[in-house]
Amino acid sequence: MKHMKNIWDGYESEAHFDELISVTGDARISAVKLVQHVSEMEEGELDKRRQMAEATIQEMGISFTVYTEEGNIDRAWPFDIIPRTIPSDEWAQAAKGLKQRLRALNMFIDDLYHDQNIIRDGVIPEHVIKESPNYLPECKGVSPAYGVWAHICGTDLVRDGNGQFFVLEDNLRVPSGVSYMLENRAITKRVLPEIFEKENILPLDDYCDQLFDMLVSISPRKVEEPEIVVLTPGIFNSAYFEHAFLAQQMGAELVEGSDLFVEDDCVYMKTITGPEKVDVIYRRIDDAFIDPEVFREDSTLGVPGLINAWKKGNVAIANAPGAGVADDKVVYAYVPQIIKYYLDEEPILSNVKTYLCEIPEQREYVLANLDKLVVKPANESGGYGMLVGPHSTKKEQAKFAQLIKENPRNYIAQPTLNLSTAPTLIGPQNLEPRHLDLRPFILQGKDSYVTTGGLTRVAMKKGSLVVNSSQGGGSKDTWIVDTEAES
Amino acid sequence: MMLSRVAERIYWGARYLERVENIARLVSVYDNLLFDLPKKTNISWYNLILINSNADSFSERYKVQNEHNVVKFLLADNSNPGSLLSSLKQVKENIRTTRDVVPQDTWEQVNELDLYARNNIQQGINRTNRHQFLNTIIQRCQEITGLFEGAMSRDATWQFVVLGRNLERADMTTRILDAGASIVNQPNANQHANIGQVVWGNVLRSVSGYMNYRRGVRTAVQSNKVARFLLEDPHFPRTLRFCIEEMETAISRLPRSENVLLGINAIKKLKYPLSNGQELDETFRNYLNDLQISVSDLHNQFSDNWFAFNPSTSQKQPTRNNVIDIRFAGQA
Repeated sequence: MKHMKNIWDGYESEAHFDELISVTGDARISAVKLVQHVSEMEEGELDKRRQMAEATIQEMGISFTVYTEEGNIDRAWPFDIIPRTIPSDEWAQAAKGLKQRLRALNMFIDDLYHDQNIIRDGVIPEHVIKESPNYLPECKGVSPAYGVWAHICGTDLVRDGNGQFFVLEDNLRVPSGVSYMLENRAITKRVLPEIFEKENILPLDDYCDQLFDMLVSISPRKVEEPEIVVLTPGIFNSAYFEHAFLAQQMGAELVEGSDLFVEDDCVYMKTITGPEKVDVIYRRIDDAFIDPEVFREDSTLGVPGLINAWKKGNVAIANAPGAGVADDKVVYAYVPQIIKYYLDEEPILSNVKTYLCEIPEQREYVLANLDKLVVKPANESGGYGMLVGPHSTKKEQAKFAQLIKENPRNYIAQPTLNLSTAPTLIGPQNLEPRHLDLRPFILQGKDSYVTTGGLTRVAMKKGSLVVNSSQGGGSKDTWIVDTEAES
Repeated sequence: MMLSRVAERIYWGARYLERVENIARLVSVYDNLLFDLPKKTNISWYNLILINSNADSFSERYKVQNEHNVVKFLLADNSNPGSLLSSLKQVKENIRTTRDVVPQDTWEQVNELDLYARNNIQQGINRTNRHQFLNTIIQRCQEITGLFEGAMSRDATWQFVVLGRNLERADMTTRILDAGASIVNQPNANQHANIGQVVWGNVLRSVSGYMNYRRGVRTAVQSNKVARFLLEDPHFPRTLRFCIEEMETAISRLPRSENVLLGINAIKKLKYPLSNGQELDETFRNYLNDLQISVSDLHNQFSDNWFAFNPSTSQKQPTRNNVIDIRFAGQA
């Protein structure tokens, strides 16, 4: 878009890879029509579209819940109207890598709860698994359908300065965000309808059908219509909107723990017509809370006896209890070896360079370079408990040095990433680069599936690298653009 | 397929919505009544506390039994689980988690009502704008009830709305009658010639039944005729009979309803001989008390049969305390 006096003039992402605009200032192949369209808009039009998006969000009731002492507040989902585009051939490769990764991770989890060959063969040290709080000895010997433990995975991808995709982390416990991915598309269709006519944007709305089919495929009872439920911790959970959304889209029942009970090792839900047998539970409750008889006894969110019913094979749970062991950030560092070990393939997607603090040489490097690294606890999610070196004070660095020395197994460190950016509407008529990541969702049951794109999360603050919605992040629609099709 | 929990929340949502409207009606009618009664009568705002079985919880919070405290307790007090604002909160909490089975606009309307009540509650406590405040509350409740009427499928969800609304109404009708009877039975009430007229007229107005009574009964407002109208009239939607019959129909359309229908029959059997000229004395008030107990028994039957999910549990023996507990039950 050189030489055009318009909104793109002066847009520059400096040393970062920008998703829409190349270093020469031209639109990337997947963004040509989008960039063109935006530059042809009259002044004030973008702001009008932004307002339209806000009204749509209100109308659709899209919110996430923030729980405070005064009660729970439904906050509107922060949304940027400028989509992020990815060429379809590039995406196809990433999708292949994601499927490969989840296939290997599931074989790994299944192995850990059976013969532990990977430990015996010396690929991963035994203590790494033993010391992981997400490794649940209660799950030993259980064989879920197709050997799959992590049925739904949300993997965070980032791009480096050269535009190459890297896996930042795998979320195998209760990954969230997929409803926002779907809603973001619905909003964008209303707000920028003209571009959908001009451009070959691949649809993504089959996710709920795919999720439903996957859940049906793991039902222990092979009946025409197995009973599928979404198990939510309830209204106070920040992702309650998503739980309700997915249940509604799949035509499944949204249940709380108290709606279910176990009798003779079978799970039933309480309905006005009497007990109704449950075949598959898509649970959105953490392992620790799922069954007070086995894990935390003070949990009122779970279902007493559920684990036993699952072990007996009378109910399927997605994701299976214990799957979180592969969600550990120390295990993450071993994923390339895990892929080689089980699949005898080279990893298609690379990991971000990771230092394990439990290994003395690596720990020394980390301690000497705290101001340059990002330090993460091994088992937290949502961006909590992190140290972002370049943005930290000496005092914070000292605190983390202490934490690492006290419990080296619990910390990993990674170089500060040069996250890619995309143009984001700041103010009424101003596009600025903001850092982002991408969370695609991968399903595995009888078959595998990857969403067409995923949820793009944006750090709305200038220069910030933290994209989590709980920490002020927003999101964008993600377009996988078929660049080879005739338009 | 309907989850027991969803059924229970819908039922309580409808009950609390009706309760909000009824509290507004009660306070509103007392406002009028006390203007019309001679100053010397010993009738006070505190009567409203008594008829709602709130004496204990009121005395825990207030020393003085005056208008300000009574109205505050009934409308605004967050620590009174039966206050208008507390009930409204319960409407909100119950609808919040059942949004997908009620009409789309319900959540928004409930929120707006809640917001209005909270922002303007002082108008309800002070006398000047009280009428306006209470009227708006009643109107908005009726809007939501109207939304249900016009936009809900007559499936199981609807039947639980009907059960919640009519159980609350039936209960309130017996309490309003009790309020009337308690006033005219006060020792010095006879000194005032037309006190009965004033009281029973207001009793009718409190259920919007004055005109219906005039048209249907065609005699002057007399105590036992008003009582008979409010208990037995088959057409007016707030009479005990009407509410019971509505519930009977709803119950018969729900699964596994045989036992609950027996409870309906039990209430129907409770009759009081209201022949001409008969006084509404203590015996009548005891009769009303029995009615309230059987209404709360009916609630227990709903609960055992559809919500609590222990169909084998035998029926609990009713007590007067039971009535009070149930009235302010509901889930957090």
